[in-house]
Amino acid sequence: MSIFIDKNTRLLIQGITGRDGSFHARQMIAYGTQVVAGVTPGKGGQKFDDSVPIFNTVAEAVQQTRVTAAVIYVPPPFAADAIMEAADAGIPFIVAITEGVPVLDMTRVYPFVKERGARLLGPNCPGLITPGQSNVGIIPGRICTPGPAGLVSRSGTLTYEVVYQMTRANIGQTTCVGIGGDPINGTNFIDCLDAFEKDPATKAVVMIGEIGGTDEQEAAKFVREKMKKPVVGFIAGQTAPPGRRMGHAGAIISGSAGTAAEKMHAFEENGIGVAKRPRDVVDLLKRALR
Amino acid sequence: MHAFGARVNIHEYQAKEIFRKYGIPIPPGEVATTPEEAEAIARKFGKTVVVKAQVHAGGRGKAGGVKLARTPEEARSIAAQILKLTIKGLPVKRVLVTPAADIASEAYVGIIVDRASKRPVFIASPAGGIDIEEVAAKTPEKILRHPIDPRYGLQGFEAMQLAFFLYSDMKQVRPAAKILQQLYRAFSENGGSLAEINPLVTTPTGEIVALDAKMVIDDNELERRPDIAALRDESAEDPSELEAREASLTFIKLDGNVGCVVNGAGLAMATMDLVKYYGGEPANFLDIGGSSNPGKVVAALRIITRDPNVKTILFNIFGGITRTDDVANGIVTAIKQRPLKVPLVIRLTGTNEEIAVKILSEHGLSAMTDMDEAVQKAVALATGGKAA
Repeated sequence: MSIFIDKNTRLLIQGITGRDGSFHARQMIAYGTQVVAGVTPGKGGQKFDDSVPIFNTVAEAVQQTRVTAAVIYVPPPFAADAIMEAADAGIPFIVAITEGVPVLDMTRVYPFVKERGARLLGPNCPGLITPGQSNVGIIPGRICTPGPAGLVSRSGTLTYEVVYQMTRANIGQTTCVGIGGDPINGTNFIDCLDAFEKDPATKAVVMIGEIGGTDEQEAAKFVREKMKKPVVGFIAGQTAPPGRRMGHAGAIISGSAGTAAEKMHAFEENGIGVAKRPRDVVDLLKRALR
Repeated sequence: MHAFGARVNIHEYQAKEIFRKYGIPIPPGEVATTPEEAEAIARKFGKTVVVKAQVHAGGRGKAGGVKLARTPEEARSIAAQILKLTIKGLPVKRVLVTPAADIASEAYVGIIVDRASKRPVFIASPAGGIDIEEVAAKTPEKILRHPIDPRYGLQGFEAMQLAFFLYSDMKQVRPAAKILQQLYRAFSENGGSLAEINPLVTTPTGEIVALDAKMVIDDNELERRPDIAALRDESAEDPSELEAREASLTFIKLDGNVGCVVNGAGLAMATMDLVKYYGGEPANFLDIGGSSNPGKVVAALRIITRDPNVKTILFNIFGGITRTDDVANGIVTAIKQRPLKVPLVIRLTGTNEEIAVKILSEHGLSAMTDMDEAVQKAVALATGGKAA
């Protein structure tokens, strides 16, 4: 079992012929992901690498192939439109990889997607992977291995670091989800924790947070009130100076809420084991899985 | 208020020009870069003026950057003083000269994008003219927050509700409601992360004018808005951070001595934290981003080695989209251009790792694969101890 994607996921790639889209399309296909369609306006009727049919619009792709999820690699000025196009065509799960989507665009996209009953992951996220079954996004498949731990994270390469250390220590993963670092995103920690709690294959969860906002604190409360499975965590940005943006648009300390110390404290208070270093996640997990 | 996210600050006079276009009543004002220009502007207005430093820093008044001048001659000497100031590390290069206003009362209005409600939120307070965060902390009852549905904008009835919170006399309520709608349009049509009028002043004759203006733009808007990108005053930003931005790097200077080059913001922060954990101090935050090219690495090394505090440079690269051989080529190119005077510790793993290690070893460099070991070694070198 897993959350959000598995071997039955039938994926549509928006921007499949672009530089990033085509590169990752090949990676995902090589991993075993079922890529059933691509969309690039003006290239409808062609085939990507002689195998994946390309359509002009998402609506057409949905009519002619059975699509259960979409992943978006289009450039930032067009990303909001691409997300809405996927939601309007009735695709229930949409992953937006694009970095640099204007925040005001997202304030309009979020209610649009919600009203159509779709789940959005991202934007500005690495996507997600269910090891051995399906890879949607840009997470390198070879660092993951199937197993009992779920992982949810706001960051990209830091996620890879933690997964890599877990895999080296023979702790496999059910699903690894990158929710993205933007201030407004479609899926948050709580959405993923809730899904992991309901997934019978997941025995413990790793949560990787960052400075900025209060999502981790709210997630910590959720863990105490609603979860039976053990959760361990790590927070990046303990040495970040207040008020400075550290690359991720979401990672800014504003007012009192959002420092690493505050988030680590919230984790501890709510029964979440806190790793001091990324590698300490492994020992905490081993204990949690015992 | 703080705006979160990737931000571009613009000057008060630029924000006022935008607000004016939307019909918000703003007193006249002109920008001077020399004392002589300031004098000429003051003479044109023919009355007492305020000379205001144009820098991206709060607390301009306390720093002596905002002063009254009763005569054109006084405007000249005050402008001369202010143009010599450095406020919070930022040299003042321009002043705004504007006629002094008579004030009966001051209010606050502002808009930010709120992460929790995922919407723009209006903030209004009848206690204006002072730091709004102080008002929020000490007298929260004087603050009204109102989330906006961005698909419809600020409706007339909402603007009236907000205006009635600020004023009781209809002579002020109606024009204030209009200003709030104009402010919302200025915010949403120009890609704002924040738009603020503090103070929104009532004059002794009952008129409402925006005496100060602040606007912060989401820098993700700049690609499609060259007109706003042109407002960016690069002379008002840290030169190293500017150079980094031009090379598509995110760089923030800190006070330590271990220079860090990392791919990805989360891993970069975790690397800094680990430097500290092992007893060192990071000299910077530097994210080379997702798709690396050797040129970025060259720029990163140039920026870091300019800092005389840096005693060791640590690379921590986890190759995903980033190809580690690109990073290795960048390191080799940079060292050929300008040999390093400080030791280099390289940790890389992931995409094309074998090729990267080969490139490095052909140039007498070695790479580690474990993050903790690399950080410990870098800290030991920076603090003068033996390499781990």
